[in-house]
Amino acid sequence: MQQAFFEIEEQSRLTDSVYRMVLRGDTSGVRAPGQFVNIRIEGTFLRRPISVCDCEPDRLTLIYKVVGKGTAILKGLPVSSKLDILTGLGNGYDLTPAGNTPLLIGGGVGVPPLYLLCKRLIARGARPTVILGFNTASEIFYEKEFRSLGADVTVTTVDGSYGTKGFVTAAMDGIPCSYFYTCGPLPMLKSVYRGTTVSGQFSLEERMGCGFGACMGCTCHTNSGDKRVCREGPVFTKEDLPWED
Amino acid sequence: MGRLSVDLCGIGLDNPLIPASGTFGYGYEFAELYDINCLGTFSFKGTTLQPRYGNPTPRIAECTAGMLNAVGLQNPGVGRVISEELPKLRTVFHKPVMANICGFSESDYVETAQRLDEQEGIGWLELNISCPNVHGGGMSFGTDPKSAGELTKAVRKAVRKPLIVKLSPNVTSIAEIAKACEAAGADALSLINTLLGLRIDLRTRRPVLANRTGGFSGPAVFPVALRMVQDVARAVRIPVVGMGGIRSAEDVLEMMMAGACCVEIGTANLVDPYACPAILEQLPRVMDTYGIRDLREIIGGANT
Repeated sequence: MQQAFFEIEEQSRLTDSVYRMVLRGDTSGVRAPGQFVNIRIEGTFLRRPISVCDCEPDRLTLIYKVVGKGTAILKGLPVSSKLDILTGLGNGYDLTPAGNTPLLIGGGVGVPPLYLLCKRLIARGARPTVILGFNTASEIFYEKEFRSLGADVTVTTVDGSYGTKGFVTAAMDGIPCSYFYTCGPLPMLKSVYRGTTVSGQFSLEERMGCGFGACMGCTCHTNSGDKRVCREGPVFTKEDLPWED
Repeated sequence: MGRLSVDLCGIGLDNPLIPASGTFGYGYEFAELYDINCLGTFSFKGTTLQPRYGNPTPRIAECTAGMLNAVGLQNPGVGRVISEELPKLRTVFHKPVMANICGFSESDYVETAQRLDEQEGIGWLELNISCPNVHGGGMSFGTDPKSAGELTKAVRKAVRKPLIVKLSPNVTSIAEIAKACEAAGADALSLINTLLGLRIDLRTRRPVLANRTGGFSGPAVFPVALRMVQDVARAVRIPVVGMGGIRSAEDVLEMMMAGACCVEIGTANLVDPYACPAILEQLPRVMDTYGIRDLREIIGGANT
């Protein structure tokens, strides 16, 4: 964990409610894809945890959905505003078990952390396949960006308005998969858990107080004891999640 | 003795700042950011006899100028606190530390307190009779003068170290509870624990917290806490540790003028992990502003 001050360099709208923010500042606290940052927002009491979408030495990209007061304030902040951010929170994805053909499965605002993961996997010589799941065509974002990295991308929509109709699991059949990484809503994570035969890693979400392990607000049960989503998580292995039956 | 140093039950503190139980874990997370030996001491996560997961999530709800928590005393149990957490804690903190103790029966409290009392490095035992987030324990001991007194007496008999009883604000007269604990042998009192609160999610039309209610803390509670600290300091002769919504050096001074000999800082740590060292840095300058040479001279200064 590290505290750093960032300046907003760019704010852009990706869909009706999803925004992208590019920040300039010291990102040396970010150690792995799948980690998150916790942003202090003037006008809310608690910080807002947001997963890292992309990270370069002096630049951080975050994608967030406007769901409440905090994210509504965030989207209204003009370029060059300064933000107090705790970086490098959580464990992040472990790239070592990925193999040659890892499968990345993202749903909705669970898509962003897979971007940096995909980039890093390709840099290590892997050939990842990406499945991006959304409700409908107008909610899709980052399909092109994943393709530009060189990944093989499949998009699913629940209503069939774009790509493969159905949930992400509808597109999983026959895709080469040495290992998988996933992030998205809990029902999606659970169907990925049931629909995969290989091992993989899941990024979980929970309401947090501090985001760095002090308040014990976000604890979950795992097969190896109670873990803090913000500290030992948010990424847990398939073997560690008590989701059998 | 520096101008910031104070005494708590015969043990000197370099300064009056004490991170409160449940907001500071066992210190390691903060030790990654700064040398936590700059603190007076800290009160580590509430310990029970048996391991506890706590309440189902969500356990946190945001409020205006504060938050609700319904963690429900998650901790690994006194055995693992002693075998695993305390040895690690000692690698990052070298001063006497405060052990916070909670339970569901008198014998629970007594046994947990006895086992922690034996541990080297623990300076004080803080008896939590005020946790609002567990059923059949915690606060149920702290809302009635008779049961608060009986529990205090039983634990006092069983331990050697200074016993600080942590009081609940969710009572009609906190001074009555305070007097009962003093009469039962408490060496000091700490207050306030959190205020019982509720938030409702407009989308689901259900309480935000899985536990329905939670303990409210943060800057919004400061005036309530300050009033209660003064009520208690006027009613008893034993030391009072003040807490509730403190987030600045000015707040520390107010709390001490209301009768606190030192202060606990809780929720501020969760929002700004550097809150305590920042307050410590401000203190001498703010004391200068108000013509305070030595902190000990202001304790209870507003109470006559």
